[in-house]
Amino acid sequence: MNFTLHIWRQKNINIAGDFVTYKIDDIDEDTSFLEMLDQLNEQLIANDEDCIVFDYDCREGICGACSLVINGYPHGDKKATTTCQLYMRDYKHQTELWVEPFRAKSFPVIKDLTVDRSSFDNIIQSGGYISVHTGAAPDANTVLVDKPSADEAFNSATCIGCGACVAVCPNASATLYVAAKITHLSLLPQGKIEEKARAQKMLNQMQSEGFGSCSNHRHCERVCPKGITVSNISKMNQILAWS
Amino acid sequence: MSSIHAKDPTGPLENRWEKHLFNLSLIAPQNRKKHKVIVIGTGLAGASLCATLGEAGYQVSSFCFQDSPRRAHSIAAQGGINSTKNYQNDGDSVWRLFYDTIKGGDFRARESNVYRLAQLSGNIIDQAVAQGVPFAREYSGYLANRSFGGTQVSRTFYARGQTGQQLLLGAYQAHSRQLENDNVTHQSRSEMLELIMVDDQARGVVVRDLVSGEVSAHTADCVVLCTGGYSNVFYLSTNAKGCNTSATWRAYKQGAYFANPSFTQIHPTCVPPTVENQSKLTLMSESLRNDGRIWAPKNSADCTKNPADIKEEDRDYFLERMYPAFANLAPRDVASRAVKLICDKGLGVGSKIHGKRLGVYLDFSAIIEKLGLDAVAEKYGNLFDMYSSITGENPYQTPMKIYPAPHYTMGGLWVDYNLMTTVEGLFAGGEANFSDHGANRLGASALMQGLADGYFILPKTVANYLAQNTLTEVDDAHPQVVQSLKAVKERIQKLMNAPQPKYSPEHFHQKLGGILWEACGMSREADRLKQAIVEIAELETQFWQNIKVTGIDNDLNQTLERAGRVVDFIELGKLMCQDALMREESCGAHARVEYLTEDGEAKRDDNEFSFVGAWEFMSEQPKLHKEQLNYEFIEPTVRNYK
Ligand SMILES: Cc1cc2nc3c(=O)[nH]c(=O)nc-3n(C[C@H](O)[C@H](O)[C@H](O)COP(=O)(O)OP(=O)(O)OC[C@H]3O[C@@H](n4cnc5c(N)ncnc54)[C@H](O)[C@@H]3O)c2cc1C
Ligand code: FES
Repeated sequence: MNFTLHIWRQKNINIAGDFVTYKIDDIDEDTSFLEMLDQLNEQLIANDEDCIVFDYDCREGICGACSLVINGYPHGDKKATTTCQLYMRDYKHQTELWVEPFRAKSFPVIKDLTVDRSSFDNIIQSGGYISVHTGAAPDANTVLVDKPSADEAFNSATCIGCGACVAVCPNASATLYVAAKITHLSLLPQGKIEEKARAQKMLNQMQSEGFGSCSNHRHCERVCPKGITVSNISKMNQILAWS
Repeated sequence: MSSIHAKDPTGPLENRWEKHLFNLSLIAPQNRKKHKVIVIGTGLAGASLCATLGEAGYQVSSFCFQDSPRRAHSIAAQGGINSTKNYQNDGDSVWRLFYDTIKGGDFRARESNVYRLAQLSGNIIDQAVAQGVPFAREYSGYLANRSFGGTQVSRTFYARGQTGQQLLLGAYQAHSRQLENDNVTHQSRSEMLELIMVDDQARGVVVRDLVSGEVSAHTADCVVLCTGGYSNVFYLSTNAKGCNTSATWRAYKQGAYFANPSFTQIHPTCVPPTVENQSKLTLMSESLRNDGRIWAPKNSADCTKNPADIKEEDRDYFLERMYPAFANLAPRDVASRAVKLICDKGLGVGSKIHGKRLGVYLDFSAIIEKLGLDAVAEKYGNLFDMYSSITGENPYQTPMKIYPAPHYTMGGLWVDYNLMTTVEGLFAGGEANFSDHGANRLGASALMQGLADGYFILPKTVANYLAQNTLTEVDDAHPQVVQSLKAVKERIQKLMNAPQPKYSPEHFHQKLGGILWEACGMSREADRLKQAIVEIAELETQFWQNIKVTGIDNDLNQTLERAGRVVDFIELGKLMCQDALMREESCGAHARVEYLTEDGEAKRDDNEFSFVGAWEFMSEQPKLHKEQLNYEFIEPTVRNYK
């Protein structure tokens, strides 16, 4: 397979970026999207050019490092997948590809396709945890959790912190990300106690990081690679309403 | 050859850790903030350690190379974590987990350490549940368990197929909670490139900021490496792409001994490679072997057929045939070698890679028929989804294909009972050390070990070290600090400016991986290893001659990062071959062809090789030190899974 790639190149946050067009040929359809970019980078090295920088690590859809907006969609248009889980066979009919970084005020571009998502870590630091001391927890089976709640908590906890929800949101809001963590912890008896304070702290932090607020576009749940739903946001709103 | 000692306590096994804890020195709460600890790596081991040390009141600085601690490779662990809770009342106990781990490691691990690990395993689950880790539960609300990787008890706790993710997020959140407090700081996108030694003690690190390219020195009272394993030395492995040996290798070069480098685990259930320029392999959790049946065609003519068209009598369920007692749950090394054997005989299935079909079937049709689709989806749904997104095939309808891949490294920095390396003030935790798994690791035991090290062992032993040593202040102007910084900068310049820049880091990495997979992978042989040592030495020379790094060094430059990691892998690869050559026996995952029985079982040699091989860096040839292993409580038996 042969592709024409328009890739966003930007030296750093202070220098404006632009699309640069590359051609890549003879790609096997079972090559992953990132392996295709690897091959392009090998070509660039051969031509003495600086490689295209993009984030990745696990390459199996769990670490949340990979990002990219492909032909307008964060993580491509395939449902419930991360960019590292895309294969070139998925692009049989779109041989012209536009590849850009996630764009949001709170995710400044570092270089090329790489953005700074430390604002997400700051939100967790503001309260996205249960305040338990290490070393002295009671026997695990002393706290029972009904299976439906445990399963639902797990579903919310599968967020990989990639930021696609922010990248797709017209308000660049991180509400789904915040709500998923709040829901995960609130559904468990051990996390219930701090739920109100936690929700408030995390939302305040979200605002001070420059993320917008939610106005129910619901694009976030469409692009979420882990299928996290906006019901998490309703749950969070309930918690806040009770306070 | 000299000998080294673990300094583990003596007396009844059950009391050793408690007795040791009592003898460790403590630091009063008000004095703790005067002590600074550097932790490199914030995976399970590192994040749990930072959280615990931070909470105790020490000054902690942590670093990781990803853009967030939440992305450490631990996130990818699927199957579960062992613990001796015995909630299922099926006869599990601390003793049994201890015994299984020692036996699984083929009698090449230290009894005191392994017993302690089993003792601490219960508390890990308590800790994780208190943090909100959403483990799988029964309808009654109690925690669920499963049997995993060849054990006959159900002692594995799991969170669907994402146990590592959930445990890491628990540790990450605990770490984050400490970051709100001023004692703990963390820098992501930072890579440790050198260990700073002052008066024979580890006193700091040199770190490169991966965004700006700036190199800086950080000093402390001691340093802990929790930097993970080195399976990526093989190029293709199940590890995340960034996993590397650089931190442990720099430590080795500064005097920390490297133990059992050739003890690497090959995992039998990975998605086979489908293209020749594949960048990594994906593990399908071994828990799949609980319910899937492994088979290959009996006749090579059937290898290209649709599996549905291969008659039942033409299928060879080879693990059930070869190892009837454990069948599809045979230990990882046994299963992996059996799979390779089948494919080497030309009975493999799937895409041809370099002339061979590298795959066998893992078939769920029987269990789907028995339990129904929904029950199977509930158990394995996300793994099946992962498989189908990689291969484009539907495993509910057609059997999966699997092939072995490098997965875990039992070898690592040698540590004593306190998890301190041979360098004073340098500790190692998690997969980075060699400690508890001997020559082979049981499934679901790495998460357990990383968390035992981080939550429970290192916080105590690091404090003891700080209490017992009066350390002089080391500032940035110290000659050793200046010297280390200079060395790192020179090395970067050398990587950027090879005499004849020609090949990318990937080129060298793939070459190295090819050599090691053939010579030092699932089976090893003296002549092949000797040849590999020569080939790797040549590769190293070529590397420094021809490495090509484009871009500039004062910038985010992934090519430069890779180049630095690859050349460390090249040196490590050579040491792995030397270690495999030295060990003239087969044990656990280390299979020397000369020392296998006719049906492929390991011939262990306890008279000659019941020791940990710990290598000391020397500029000419590495020097071997032996830690003799004494089995006081379990008599080494011959492993037989027939
Ligand atoms: C696919 C897969 C599935 C697995 N499933 C299981 C399972 O079900 N059960 C089980 O028990 N085990 C499992 N394992 C093994 C287990 O996941 C690992 O052994 C374990 O998570 C390692 O944890 P760690 O904290 O030691 O290292 P890691 O999680 O690898 O963390 C290493 C840390 O070190 C940092 N680092 C490394 N080098 C540097 C450097 N030079 N400078 C700065 N930072 C550095 C990284 O950024 C990272 O933060 C699995 C492994 C794989 C590959
Ligand atoms: S690289 Fe880890 S999720 Fe894509």
